[in-house]
Amino acid sequence: MSEVKLRRYHAAKWDEPFIMEQTVPGTRGLLPPLSPDEVVNAVGSADALIPAGIKRKAAPKLPELDQYHVLQHWLRLSQETMGMDLASDIGEGTCTMKYSPKLHDQMANHTKLADVHPNQPVEDIQGVLEIIYNLEQYLKEVSGMYKISFQPGGGSHATYTNACTVREYHRAHGNLDKKDIVITTIFSHPCDGATPATAGFKVATLMPDESGYPDLNALKALVEEYGERIAGIMFTNPEDTGIYNPDVAEYVELVHSVGGLCFYDQANANGILGIARAFDAGFDACHFNLHKTFSAPHGCEGPASGAYCVRQELADFIPTPTVEKGEDGYYLDYNRPKSLGKVRSYIGNPECMLKAYAWIRTMGPDGLKMTAETSVLNNNYLDKLLQQIKGVTRPYKDGFRFEQVRYSMDELTQATGVGTDDIRSRLVDFGIQSYWMSHHPFIVPEPFTPEPCETYSKEDLDYWAAAMRQSIEEAWEDPQFTMGAPYAQPIGRMMDTSIVDDESKWACTWQAYKRKNNK
Amino acid sequence: MKQLGLIVNPMAGIGGKVGLKGSDGEEIRKLAFSLGAKQEAPDKVIRALKRMAEAGHDVHIITCPGKMGEDEAKAAGYDPEIIDGIATEITSADDTKKAAEILMERGVDLLMFAGGDGTARDVCSVIGTDIPAVGIPAGVKIHSGVYGASPIHAGEAADMYLFGGGSMQLREMEVMDIDEDEFRKDRVSARLYGYMKVPFERRLLQSAKAGSSMSERATIQSIASDVISNMQPDEYYFIGPGSTTRGIMEMLDLPATLLGVDVVKNRQLIKADANESDLLGLLRGEAEGKTHVIVTVIGGQGYIFGRGNQQFSAEVLQLAGYKNITVIATESKMIGLDGKPLLVDTGDEQVNQDLCGYRMVITAQGKRMVYKVSC
Repeated sequence: MSEVKLRRYHAAKWDEPFIMEQTVPGTRGLLPPLSPDEVVNAVGSADALIPAGIKRKAAPKLPELDQYHVLQHWLRLSQETMGMDLASDIGEGTCTMKYSPKLHDQMANHTKLADVHPNQPVEDIQGVLEIIYNLEQYLKEVSGMYKISFQPGGGSHATYTNACTVREYHRAHGNLDKKDIVITTIFSHPCDGATPATAGFKVATLMPDESGYPDLNALKALVEEYGERIAGIMFTNPEDTGIYNPDVAEYVELVHSVGGLCFYDQANANGILGIARAFDAGFDACHFNLHKTFSAPHGCEGPASGAYCVRQELADFIPTPTVEKGEDGYYLDYNRPKSLGKVRSYIGNPECMLKAYAWIRTMGPDGLKMTAETSVLNNNYLDKLLQQIKGVTRPYKDGFRFEQVRYSMDELTQATGVGTDDIRSRLVDFGIQSYWMSHHPFIVPEPFTPEPCETYSKEDLDYWAAAMRQSIEEAWEDPQFTMGAPYAQPIGRMMDTSIVDDESKWACTWQAYKRKNNK
Repeated sequence: MKQLGLIVNPMAGIGGKVGLKGSDGEEIRKLAFSLGAKQEAPDKVIRALKRMAEAGHDVHIITCPGKMGEDEAKAAGYDPEIIDGIATEITSADDTKKAAEILMERGVDLLMFAGGDGTARDVCSVIGTDIPAVGIPAGVKIHSGVYGASPIHAGEAADMYLFGGGSMQLREMEVMDIDEDEFRKDRVSARLYGYMKVPFERRLLQSAKAGSSMSERATIQSIASDVISNMQPDEYYFIGPGSTTRGIMEMLDLPATLLGVDVVKNRQLIKADANESDLLGLLRGEAEGKTHVIVTVIGGQGYIFGRGNQQFSAEVLQLAGYKNITVIATESKMIGLDGKPLLVDTGDEQVNQDLCGYRMVITAQGKRMVYKVSC
């Protein structure tokens, strides 16, 4: 690693009170002029146009501030965040935090997409439908699958759509009363277990073997003893450990042998784009996150899109409508009698689809493959740097990892008491984002999971590794110092986390905050 | 100011290094010293207390004289208050119990003790689940779940519990002990002696992406609800010992025998605290062919049979049928096994072999973990 100079950095700190606390009674941001008498006489009072049933009894208790102070408040708060495109997101493993081209944002903000209403007649939105249709053709090529639904509003939502599809498939074949178990693995994304449970299945989780692969003997035992009850398997590959399971076809074959369906969670697809296809490994269905993998910005409860892809045998069951191409142009097809119905309104999030479409067009087939190769290369370079740091270990098998790695700091914790949450609190003092530790449960103790996807340069990787090295070396030298971090952020450590568990204390609204705290 | 009670069994662990499999009883201690054993417990206690001292919080330590706490507290830089009426040199189980009694009366916020299974048993016999406690592992035998993973962990847990603003929860952990005479003859016979409330860290609140994890109590209720919803009319359910299985009895609104086996049929208690011959009687009579055995993982080592639930003998399990065994455990307990398999030790080699393989463990409503069982 070349010599890295860590930045001198300090976040803005404003000690900004709640906006509700800044209210000055009587202050207004804007005073619109009253309607002229002739307008009022012609159409009556605006008040009279509102139906009585939805009219509020008292004015809302909004803060009373002028425009300048409202703007100032939010700008100060925004300065206290680390902000998008400002700091390295390398630590955000399993999230695939990549650069989202601004040109694609501009396209999505274009009036021809942003101002379209989903209830407009299809003749008016042929361009939007064309993009969705073409995107489907591209993703069919990338996955090998036969049909795609863009309706799910995120990755877990696509996973849920699969759980419902599995249910409808077995119902249609008269097996639903027998098939009540869906299998997943502990290092798959938690939604692969949670969504079939929500869809009414019992969920059996496979644990890792010594190499880190899901225990194949456990799956064999399960198939032998409960075969008739197995409805399917839903899992991730590479799993969150970054370990790619080369024998995945064997798992698929076992589950197929008892009539189960196999779903490939491809939230970690960044390392396999253009290289491996779910269809070719025998899977019946898979999904992609158009946010993340296909460069639309990470959802974080905002607009996201989970493309749910299926084989022909499952195409009858996916949500309606789908976008089809006819002689007179593109149309929405609702004619799918065995469909599981809708999982979301309309046809999904078109701005995510547009951004994914634009990204695929920009990259081309070779570009997609290069994305995977670069992200795997970046990860293995970073891996070399991190494995040289005392106190960092990488559990399970030796050798290369794919696009991310789950590491452990347990050695450091055992010796010094400094845990992974302490180190991530210190890391932000170097002007980079706090890192992602692990999905739950924490199988790897004191975990952290970086994912340096194709966005980052060698210099970015060197900087991230150097900041980690510095943070961990400090912890060996002076554990108390690390436990007091962060020092360059607007707020310090949240010590009292009990409030998160105590519903008599926590509040999502100002009213609830005042009520629960007797203010 | 927060008050920490401290009891040290300075003899804990002296038998281990000289191969004596335990340190209970004066004869064994004499033998240990003659074999060159050294007291290691005091060093471990000092390490735990120094970990607390580093955090810099103001804590008032109340402890026993001499090596039973005073010396270690002073060595770690504290100025402890010493209780009266406890011996300073040779210490016995009675000293431990007496100290626990005095410290509980003093109303300490947390009782920290150092030793092994024997010490935990003595402390538990006095305090039970009345006050929270944490153990510094210093003994030869550590089957009890009340001990920290290391002295440093115990110190950190104590500090976080007292000053962490509620970032720790309390959970009930097993106090187990084995018969040392049997153990020295290479026979393991472990009993479940009770439960203590131990601070347990939830480093689980860090990230919104992870969502919130269920509390220990909610998880146990979720498991109970799964088991109860699958109960069949007129079938017999042998509910094994433990706080996880107790959740089932609580949800059925039935009294539970924490350390014994209860028999339930049609949601009614048929027999409380059944022994092996009670169970065999049922299996050969009215319950024949319609019995279910429900057990949890006992202790930190992963035993499902042969530790703390000897009522479920090889014969009982054979008659009940291996397919009718249901294992329940919280996910955190399973993960605490650190990849080690579940264990069976029924005393019958053939039965042990038959129970080996993979088993579905119920970890919440509708959730199963496919887990390896070895012997």
